[in-house]
Amino acid sequence: MKLINHDQVLKKMSPRKWKNSVFKGLFMLATAFALVVLAILLYRIITQGIGYLDWQFLQSLPSRDPEQAGIKTALIGTIWLMGVVAPVTLILGVGTAIYLEEYASKNKFTSLIQINISNLAGVPSIVFGLLGLTVFVRALTLGTSVLAAGLTMSLLVLPIIIVASQEAIRSVPMELREASFGMGANKWQTIVRVVMPAALPGILTGAILALSRAIGETAPLVVLGLPLFLAFLPQSVFDMFTVLPMQIYNWTSRPQEEFHAVAAGGIIVLLVMLIVMNSIAVLIRNKFQKRY
Amino acid sequence: MNIQQEEKAFSVQELIQQKKSKSKNKLKSEKIVPVILLLTAIVSVLTTIGIVVTLFVETTTFFSHVSIKEFFTAQKWYPFSETQGSYGILPLISGTLKVALIAAVVAVPIGLAVAIFLSEYASDRTRRVIKPILEVLAGVPTIVYGFFALTFVTPVLREMIPSLQIFNALSPGIVIGIMITPMIASLSEDAMSSVPKVMKEGAYALGATKLEVAIKIVIPAAISGIVASIVLAISRAIGETMIVAVAGGSTPNLSFDVTSSIQTMTAYIVQVSQGDAGYGTTIYYSIYAVGFTLFIFTLFMNMLAQFISKRFREEY
Repeated sequence: MKLINHDQVLKKMSPRKWKNSVFKGLFMLATAFALVVLAILLYRIITQGIGYLDWQFLQSLPSRDPEQAGIKTALIGTIWLMGVVAPVTLILGVGTAIYLEEYASKNKFTSLIQINISNLAGVPSIVFGLLGLTVFVRALTLGTSVLAAGLTMSLLVLPIIIVASQEAIRSVPMELREASFGMGANKWQTIVRVVMPAALPGILTGAILALSRAIGETAPLVVLGLPLFLAFLPQSVFDMFTVLPMQIYNWTSRPQEEFHAVAAGGIIVLLVMLIVMNSIAVLIRNKFQKRY
Repeated sequence: MNIQQEEKAFSVQELIQQKKSKSKNKLKSEKIVPVILLLTAIVSVLTTIGIVVTLFVETTTFFSHVSIKEFFTAQKWYPFSETQGSYGILPLISGTLKVALIAAVVAVPIGLAVAIFLSEYASDRTRRVIKPILEVLAGVPTIVYGFFALTFVTPVLREMIPSLQIFNALSPGIVIGIMITPMIASLSEDAMSSVPKVMKEGAYALGATKLEVAIKIVIPAAISGIVASIVLAISRAIGETMIVAVAGGSTPNLSFDVTSSIQTMTAYIVQVSQGDAGYGTTIYYSIYAVGFTLFIFTLFMNMLAQFISKRFREEY
């Protein structure tokens, strides 16, 4: 009795191989498409905006005349925003991660916090804007200040840094902690002197990624009511301000072609900032991350 | 000798006692620290409660101006008229779903193809180059995609479809699709690479081609992760704001037409926030009602994704 009909197998062989190659081509094509789109996006923005990029563009205030318009207020505003978001998210994010990984007992409450964090990561950013508008802008009467916007953004990016810090802390081996306890250190000393230094690269990488998300977001700030056009610089965290994405949004939504080119110039500055930050994150991850 | 040793042992104990009394403050910190850390952890819970309470309270105020029945059944969203204002959410929902559907049509096939290519066909080196580039695509700020949609995709589409309006559903839909493609690709790839190698090798030993292994072994085994990634990506598309605010227009209408101007739930919130809708007006409260609807949509999708990935996960 023949178990396999060899003629049949041979006959089917070539269409099967052929189908495999065709689909391999299709899959490659799809991948190439994604890469090409990224290339077109960057090419378009650079060719449109590079003409506006000069020292004066970085140093000028926004203007009704595209030739004189600059991004000084927006750039300084973005740096102010980072100044609020970075410490707030670091303290809250790392604190939460240490609590969940080192202190929390495995009970319903802990898993509630954990589920809550992953759900929070899926809430649309514009909803955080509505929260900020009610709580920070109106109830705490902070207005459209650096502080109100910074706190709103901090809540938005908190899940990113919490998850990254948790992973970093979890990857520190138990032996290190036990060695520290064995030497007579208490829990907090162990966390501060053993766990944190070992987890720091992972935490910093997460923090930078969270921060780069915060400076690229626009929607919640629009809802808070940040001015699209501002000709003075903030002097404290209670002052009005605007940020790069808001300025880009303002220029993009104008009908004149010239302003689109100015917007492209602003986008280049924003992308350069993001690329620098992400490169630092990758550098930290590759250089300092220890594998145990 | 013996006595000396005993003395020493005693002195060590004494030292410990001394140290302990000295470090009483430290012991106190040992008790306070967990409480402080717990407080930071509670901030994220408070954020969720804050979102739900804020949306709920302001939406309730909105429903004291506008009836719930009108909100869910009226066919028109026309809030800016003093005399015949109409608050029917359906046109905004239809705009949102139209854009999300177009995005899914673009992103699901491309994202899955990329995922299959990376997990089954690509060499390790290719994968290490392409994955970070896709991550760049995912990290581009949405306002940049909005700019791209308005200044590049729309003009190109208008060359092909002359009847296309400047603001339409098609262009932002396609661009959102491009934006969520890396998300589907990378999450699905993760699911596919966690399929045990022995299963694939079993199929290869029986003479299967790579395509057959991908379609008959890998995809069925990773299906929960793949479907969850698609649901999550569509939820992102529904909540996406800046691309539709820049390129989608501000004309809420209830139709299947993708060539004319639309308005999504998110774009409406942006439009009102930019204008000077006075605090306490019906229009002001309407953004919370729309935001609440949006929140429920995305919450449902996210929970669905979690349910799928838990319920249908194949454990190996």
